[in-house]
Amino acid sequence: MIEDISLLSIITFLPLFGAACILLLVRGTEPEVAANSRWVALWTSAVTFLLSLGVWIGFDPARADFQFVEKVEWLPGHGIGYHMGVDGISLFFVLLSTFLTPICILASWEAIKTRVREYMVAFLVLETMMVGMFCALDYVLFYVFFEGVLIPMFLIIGIWGGPRRIYAAFKFFLYTLLGSVLMLVALLAMYLHAGTTDIPTLMTTGFPAAMQTWLFLALLASFAVKVPMWPVHTWLPDAHVEAPTAGSVILAGVLLKMGAYGFLRFSVPMLPEATAEFAGLIFVLSIVAVIYTSLVALAQEDMKKLIAYSSVAHMGFVTAGIFAMTQQAVEGAIYQMLSHGIVSGALFLCVGVIYDRLHTREIARYGGLAHNMPKYALVFMLFMMASVGLPGTSGFVGEFMVMLGVFQVSSWVALFIATGVILGAVYMLFLYRRVVFGKLEKADVKAMMDLSPREIAIFAPLVVLVLWMGIYPSTFLGPMHASVDNLITTYDAALQAADGVSVATR
Amino acid sequence: MTDLPSMLPALPEIVLALAAMGLLMFGVFAPGDRTRLCTQAAVATMALAAVLVMWDIGTAAEGFFGQFVVNDFTRFAKVMVLAAAALALLMGRRWFETEGIQRFEFPVLMMLSVVGMMLMISANDLIGMYMGLELQSLALYVMATIQRDNVRATEAGLKYFVLGALASGLLLYGASLVYGFSGTTAFGGIHDAIAGGEPPLGVVVGMVFVVSGLAFKVSAAPFHMWTPDVYEGAPTPVTALFAVAPKVAAISLFLRVLMDPFAGLIADWQQVVAIVALLSMIVGAFAAIAQENIKRLMAYSSIGHMGFALVGLAAGTPEGVRGVLVYLAIYLFMNVGTFAIIIAMRQQGRPVEGIKDLAGLGRTRPLVALSMGIFMFSMAGIPPLAGFFAKFYVFMAAVEAGLIWLAVLGVLASVVSAFYYLRIVKVMYFDEPLEGLDPMSSPTLRIVMGASAVVVLFFFLVPGWLVGTAEIAAAALVTG
Repeated sequence: MIEDISLLSIITFLPLFGAACILLLVRGTEPEVAANSRWVALWTSAVTFLLSLGVWIGFDPARADFQFVEKVEWLPGHGIGYHMGVDGISLFFVLLSTFLTPICILASWEAIKTRVREYMVAFLVLETMMVGMFCALDYVLFYVFFEGVLIPMFLIIGIWGGPRRIYAAFKFFLYTLLGSVLMLVALLAMYLHAGTTDIPTLMTTGFPAAMQTWLFLALLASFAVKVPMWPVHTWLPDAHVEAPTAGSVILAGVLLKMGAYGFLRFSVPMLPEATAEFAGLIFVLSIVAVIYTSLVALAQEDMKKLIAYSSVAHMGFVTAGIFAMTQQAVEGAIYQMLSHGIVSGALFLCVGVIYDRLHTREIARYGGLAHNMPKYALVFMLFMMASVGLPGTSGFVGEFMVMLGVFQVSSWVALFIATGVILGAVYMLFLYRRVVFGKLEKADVKAMMDLSPREIAIFAPLVVLVLWMGIYPSTFLGPMHASVDNLITTYDAALQAADGVSVATR
Repeated sequence: MTDLPSMLPALPEIVLALAAMGLLMFGVFAPGDRTRLCTQAAVATMALAAVLVMWDIGTAAEGFFGQFVVNDFTRFAKVMVLAAAALALLMGRRWFETEGIQRFEFPVLMMLSVVGMMLMISANDLIGMYMGLELQSLALYVMATIQRDNVRATEAGLKYFVLGALASGLLLYGASLVYGFSGTTAFGGIHDAIAGGEPPLGVVVGMVFVVSGLAFKVSAAPFHMWTPDVYEGAPTPVTALFAVAPKVAAISLFLRVLMDPFAGLIADWQQVVAIVALLSMIVGAFAAIAQENIKRLMAYSSIGHMGFALVGLAAGTPEGVRGVLVYLAIYLFMNVGTFAIIIAMRQQGRPVEGIKDLAGLGRTRPLVALSMGIFMFSMAGIPPLAGFFAKFYVFMAAVEAGLIWLAVLGVLASVVSAFYYLRIVKVMYFDEPLEGLDPMSSPTLRIVMGASAVVVLFFFLVPGWLVGTAEIAAAALVTG
């Protein structure tokens, strides 16, 4: 059976194996090493993606519990193990990670010219960390992957990034580390209370209410930085702008999801009372994120910075949806994350295409690209529309479901969030107009070539996926249904039990 | 007629001491330069001593009428000390030869200081403890100045000696107070004197003096001032020794003194140790940021690391002791590996110590840079590297003992310290190469560096052996 061959471990560690192969086996002159490293990395990540499809096929959507479970004793001391598994919530994040990595490697094919071997190694290590994090069912294991991501990403930004790369790399690393170490203390406290770091066990432990508040704040410090939520989002524009294109794609596509995933996996199910208590705070922060960062995005002169700020706004929808804790809102939040992962990744790739040609991200340097790059204009338009949330694209489904779900909880929150959709349309259309429309005047812009076959190959799967997710969302909503339902049921039950206790003591 | 004391438990120390004296005679009377032979003999003797130390694992014994104890805790610590000292000796051999400092006294002194360290670890009496400490320190003072025509080295040795003497004085004064108010110098006797009701104030004051003296020896803040100067001034291989072996011995003694004779005073010493740990973490983190010399940076880094290790001691539980031992073992690998690289830092044959000299190492010496990167990320405590697990276990003990504030401040300090470790990675990988370093000529250094990097990198695969052994050792200390 599929369950017997520890598929998740293979998917997680196959990229690491590929990285070791590149490091140890690839020899020869510099161009040979570069070419071989690229091919090894591409094949490794492609095979990893195909294997991860096996998880999707073998996944039973009717079950709410964890599937493909593997469990081995790991750290001495009781209750810390190597425990892997996926449920409906994490399944698609695993697929998102394995899907985006080969695309990133293809996108770096020509853009990265120096130290190609190290770059490919870093990317494959990064993939291992990402996939492992979404599969981990042990808190220590999760933490190891969660923080381990920092090392390759730090190197990717710092070595292959733009002019201010060192500042951006340090800011990214220290900001996220600061959040994570507080989570480490919370982890230790939870371990000592429950006697295990096994995530399914922790979900049913039930922490005392007073402890929950502190644990929630410690976890919030970590996840809020990763999401990122306003006001701890300032590392993101810097990191995005300075990272190489593929680095930005992974940052926006997967790394931002780690924070929101953390909320879904830890904060909500393990600390239900604190979640209910702090939902108001999260709503306020989400509203500020949606409106404020949309306005900031409007004022940007740098394309990547604009998209970076739009990411913060879109993640505002996600956090609002998660803490509304209704079926539509949570599913919408997950859907929005998947959609954002693909759409913002694609938008960064779109920026990368013209950056590779003109080596500037300044919006004012472009204009009139519709004339000489019609294919590019079409692709860019599609992703722009998906980012705005046009019906028929993936962005619409997520935003609509979040608003629907949030509206049931608070119409005010829904109202404010909805203004974000309008502002999103404003800044994206404004960007598109300035880059693609207008007169084609500048000589260097005129000389730019339309998409190459390699670039079309990169964009084609993204286009298909955006339309598929927009037109027939059931493919993706189906598997997550049972798990989300389970999450909300146990959450409500825990709250009711807590109410019962407080009534009884009163 | 009095009975002869039982000396068998101290066999490894006796072997080392006799071998040291024999080598001294050999070095003096043998014709020609015998440094290399002495070094090899010293390493071989230390290996033999390590085997003898591990001979009776699982048993506990006392020698010299109860003044000397051997159990699994002392075995664990002694093996670490012997390994660190032997590695420092091996790593330094080529360096001293290149610098033209051929002194057979060096391995002899090293052996004598190791005897002192092992005596500290096994001491079961205030007098034995002090003798071990002094034997260790006096040998180290001389080793710091082994390059005696170098101004910086002599200055470092003198500073080390003066401040070390001051610390020994503090410790001795504390010991005399403890003796005066408890009536005994034996650890067991002090333990019993405290256990019977309210401890006399003099014992508490004496204990604080003893803690201060020990804090000096582990270079914990606020007794850390000597460390950066001594690290910078001493010859690099001696710094490599200073960074590990005496630290391991002093922390082990710290553990023994506080967990055994003064166990009853935990309410008094816990706050002291917690504050010392906190200050060390903070000083180590902030003061290292501005350093330009890698040996100074490592000095502040070691101050910080001692702070993290003391967090485990502050917990005052078997889990805390286990955390400290795990921390020390991982610290040993990280530091030995890092110093293998620092010892090999040369430009056109002359040794260099600037952080900027590492610029572009990622291009010019990819393997060295990779190893250094692994050590730096590990020291910063980033998983999945070994340094993360070291911090994980000490902070777990702190949280368990209710010292959550210490754990929170400690992890925040670790973020600050991450900055300067990252700076080294930045210099190696993000900056353009300037002059570049010479290739690592010594195979010993290459092997030590590579092996340490492999251990640090792959520790997460099999953490059980170390943590399990440390747990047994901790149990031996707390119950024995």
